[in-house]
Amino acid sequence: MPDSQAVFFWLLAALVIGSALAVVLLKNIVHSALYLFLTFVGVAGLYILLHAEFLAAVQLLIYAGAIAVLIVFAVMLVRRGDIRLSNLYSIHFLPALVVSLVLFALVAVAVGRQLWLGYLAPPPEEPLVSLARNFLGEYVIAFEVAAILLLSAIVGAVLIVRGRRRSAP
Amino acid sequence: MITLNHYVALSALLFCIGLLGALGKRNAIAILMGIELMLNAVNINLVAFNRFLQPSQVVGQVFALFIILVAAAEVAVGLALVINIYRRRLDTNIEDLNWLKW
Repeated sequence: MPDSQAVFFWLLAALVIGSALAVVLLKNIVHSALYLFLTFVGVAGLYILLHAEFLAAVQLLIYAGAIAVLIVFAVMLVRRGDIRLSNLYSIHFLPALVVSLVLFALVAVAVGRQLWLGYLAPPPEEPLVSLARNFLGEYVIAFEVAAILLLSAIVGAVLIVRGRRRSAP
Repeated sequence: MITLNHYVALSALLFCIGLLGALGKRNAIAILMGIELMLNAVNINLVAFNRFLQPSQVVGQVFALFIILVAAAEVAVGLALVINIYRRRLDTNIEDLNWLKW
C-alpha cells in the first residue's frame, strides 16, 4: 500500500505548480485570477498535510476568500480592450525567465546537498492554544503593530481609491 | 516518505514561478498575482521547517500568519493604486508608467 501522505503530497504539489504555471503563462487575466484561486486552495491542502489546520483555514478565508475575490473585482474594474490579450508578457520576459531558472537551479542544488535531520514528533496537543500564547505573549508587540498596519492599509486604500474630490459642494 | 527537502524544493519552484510572473508580465494586476505566489511559497517554507525541525512549537505558523496579514494589506493598497492609475491613464500597462522617470 503506497504511503497515503506521499500520494496527497504529490497530488497537491502537481495542483499547486500546475495552476501557478497557468497563472503566469495564460494570456487572459480572468483565467489567471481563477487559477490563482486554485493555487491558494492547493497551498491550504499542503498546510493540512503539515498539521497546520488553523493556518489552512486562515489561508482559505483570507487568500482564497478575500484576496482572490479582490483581485477578480480589480480585474473587472480595470478591464479594457481585448480580454483575451489582457495579460501579455513584458519586454523583460526572457531575462525574467533566465533569472527564475537560475535561482531555482541554485536553490535546488543547495537543497539537494542539504539533509536535514527531521524528526516527525507529534504536533502540539492544542495548537490553537499555543498559537494564542505566542501571539499574546512573546509576539504581542508585533501583533499590535500588525493591527495598526492593517488599519492604516485599509484607510490608505480607501483614500487612494477615492481619489481627489472633484469640486467643493 | 516525504521529507523536508520535498517541501523546500516545492516552495522554491513556486517562488520562481511567482518571480517569473512578477518580473515578466505587463499588467500591473498580474505582477501583484506573482507577488502573492511568492509570499505563498515563503509560507509553505516556514510551516514545513516548523513541522520538521520544531514540531513541538508553532513559531513558524505565527510567522506565516504575520505574512498572510501583510500580504492582505499589500494587495489592498496595491489594487487601490492600480485602480487609481487606471482612472487617470485608462491603462494598467506598467511599461507606460514612466512619470517618475527623467
